[in-house]
Amino acid sequence: MTARIGVVTFPGSLDDRDTQRAIRLAGAEPVVLWHKDKDLKQVDAVVLPGGFSYGDYLRAGAIARFSPVMGALIEQAKAGLPVLGICNGFQLLTEAHLLPGAMLGNDHLHFICRDQKLRVENAETAWTSDYTVGQEISIPLKNMDGRYVADEYTLDKLEAEGQVAFRYLVRGEAAEGYGNPNGSLRDIAGITNEAGNVVGLMPHPEHATESLIGTGRTDGLPFFTSILKKLVTA
Amino acid sequence: MARVVVDVMLKPEILDPQGQAVQRALPRLGFDGISDVRQGKRFELEVDGPVDEAALARIHDLAESFLANTVIEDFTVRVESDDVVAEAVK
Repeated sequence: MTARIGVVTFPGSLDDRDTQRAIRLAGAEPVVLWHKDKDLKQVDAVVLPGGFSYGDYLRAGAIARFSPVMGALIEQAKAGLPVLGICNGFQLLTEAHLLPGAMLGNDHLHFICRDQKLRVENAETAWTSDYTVGQEISIPLKNMDGRYVADEYTLDKLEAEGQVAFRYLVRGEAAEGYGNPNGSLRDIAGITNEAGNVVGLMPHPEHATESLIGTGRTDGLPFFTSILKKLVTA
Repeated sequence: MARVVVDVMLKPEILDPQGQAVQRALPRLGFDGISDVRQGKRFELEVDGPVDEAALARIHDLAESFLANTVIEDFTVRVESDDVVAEAVK
């Protein structure tokens, strides 16, 4: 039996279907979860997908954070359940304080949509073990509120503990996907919690899992093969 | 009817690009001498019943856990006087 990975749909989620597809492509079984579910249907891991839950009202992820499904998710994530938050899912994880820091509007005040170059900084989390540290990848980025902020103490701690999982590659041509796209402090694109089971990032690995579409590369697929390997060998 | 106002502002050290955009537009409109603008949010809560200490404590909790994200924002809670509320309702 393969691993069962839940994907939560909130009112305003956009990328739940693509995420389910990416999970299937990696060889796992996607399980549909609804924001009103009070339990997680005994899944082995959960992905919080991208989109604009509750229209980003108040703050991105702030209202979805109090959905019924989040009660069980927060409790189980603290106990070790692997959780990946992509874009709006990342915003949601910071609002739920499962990851430190917060997300704010892009510093240039525009929506951004492009293929983004990233460097893998931590290949030991539940979701990144099929990457190598220092590997440079290109996956789509599309958001309005992608600016990662935290106080200096938290940023220093993230760096010292290896909790910066992905960084934007800033040296190169903007047209080729280089540069800090949103003013994120220290070029942070994604982070992990101390235990390595909860990971959040702004770019969208689920949109880079088939060579036919998107970037024409499958640089996002290792997220889903990493977690599958971890769950199947566990 | 009693009104409680919760003001939420980004912490001083957090960059506020919206406030900066507003500030940069001011000279164009003929407003000089304004060196900085910060943009925040104001919530007006119409409270049923008396705004006693317990009610204010609950609103404080609400502001801290939901209306503001204290990682990036500060907030204040204050009761608007009856006169101001009556004037606004007129």
